[in-house]
Amino acid sequence: MKEKTDKRYAMVVDTRLCVACKACVLACKAENRVPYGFNRDWLVEVTTGRFPDLALENRSERCNHCSNPPCVHACPTGASHVNEGGAVLVTHHKCTGCKACIAACPYGARYVHPDGYVDKCTFCLHRVRDGREPACVEICPTGTLHFGDLSDPDSDVSILLRTRKYKVLHPETGCEPNVYFLE
Amino acid sequence: MNESLIEVVQGRNNPMIDPSLHIWGWEIPVYLFLGGVVAGMLVLSAALALRDRDGPRSKALQTAPLLALGLLSVGMAALFLDLEHKAYVWRFYLAFKAASPMSWGSWILLLVYPAGIMMGFGMLDSDRRAALLDSRFVRGLHLRSLVMCILGRADAARRGALWAGIIAGSALGLYTGILLGTMVSMPLWNTAVLGPLFLTSGVSTGAAVLLLLPLSTGERHVVARWDMAAIFVEIVLIVVMLIGFATGGHASHVAFSQLVDGPSASAFWALVVVAGLAAPFTLEAIEVRRSLKPLALTPILVLIGGLSLRWILVIAGQASSWANIP
Repeated sequence: MKEKTDKRYAMVVDTRLCVACKACVLACKAENRVPYGFNRDWLVEVTTGRFPDLALENRSERCNHCSNPPCVHACPTGASHVNEGGAVLVTHHKCTGCKACIAACPYGARYVHPDGYVDKCTFCLHRVRDGREPACVEICPTGTLHFGDLSDPDSDVSILLRTRKYKVLHPETGCEPNVYFLE
Repeated sequence: MNESLIEVVQGRNNPMIDPSLHIWGWEIPVYLFLGGVVAGMLVLSAALALRDRDGPRSKALQTAPLLALGLLSVGMAALFLDLEHKAYVWRFYLAFKAASPMSWGSWILLLVYPAGIMMGFGMLDSDRRAALLDSRFVRGLHLRSLVMCILGRADAARRGALWAGIIAGSALGLYTGILLGTMVSMPLWNTAVLGPLFLTSGVSTGAAVLLLLPLSTGERHVVARWDMAAIFVEIVLIVVMLIGFATGGHASHVAFSQLVDGPSASAFWALVVVAGLAAPFTLEAIEVRRSLKPLALTPILVLIGGLSLRWILVIAGQASSWANIP
């Protein structure tokens, strides 16, 4: 169940600054020992327009740590749960590998770890609890990624969302995602 | 999707997620199919027993609930094979999550066994009971006194056990549809029709298995008529589902396109609608109206249709996932 906390962790991705260098992907893999062939975060590069008038949007994507998480609702054992700051985590020793959470996630943010349990982005809570930023945010060389607490009006993420236009992915699913993309 | 979209480079490449979601293979449709068959067999055999309270019953009908439990065990074995973290399967029974249809299902499965055993034992006549008590299984495991005790309790609560079979069977059939229907991420599954559709299909496929058994003429006549009613309701539910998809928002159109021009569309119309519903309904109507000798083909077509319905929905549903759309 949700821990008693007023925090609401969120990530803000400035798509105008991202150069798709994938340092966030490598940092995550190294920090969280993500096995070879799997990714907890990834890059999506979307090209739109008509040549030569093209627009490129680079998005560093990961679990959206939704406020209304369908994966947590679908989990039959309570392995998928809402943790500190609204971060959605998986308790590995409670996971049966039934994959109901993967089916429920509209973002494809989860995968089956080679050891059998379901794995995903944790917002690097182990680092955040020590006062550090998630590994992907810390390593980003262009300042694309911002992490913080939306319940604090003076946090970076709150200020960015007050002052910039943004979008979330698949808002029509009603999951209320907490990864925001600045446009 | 933006009309001027030129290219999307997706760097995720996780197994079973990319390039298109495919987490559930043959195990899940086989389980959903057998779960539906078992639901139908329990509901129909209990309803027949309640209808003719003291009438003679065929040997096939007497053993149908126990056969159903055997089929359910095969389905549960398929479900177990699908688990990726098999050693932790017991975790299903250390929690009850009201928001999770899979949690409901795991507990419903536990209730189906005692309900099926109680109603099945209560339906056995004296010859069958003697054969059961003399069987190598009961004697070898020294279960005679336990079986005698269950038989006594089943007799004491005969009607209650039959109603328990109907309720447990209905819950089983309904939940298999709701399990998929609550997935907001899969437009093709995310419809409230799926619960009643799977239950009705379960009743129809359960009837088909009963019709393949050597039932008495009277039982066969009743089951065939109930099967026709179930197929008719199933056709209505599929029409309602298609209307809902065709007239809904963007997500519904994604679902609709899977069934009208997606890779599984031709299989859906050929195997489910024509071979699995229209053909057996017509054949059964002719058999009942003209009192013809029933064909084995009719229930076999129903079973092909029931399995195809689940197989195609599981495959096409995953293809409709939002996770496939960057």
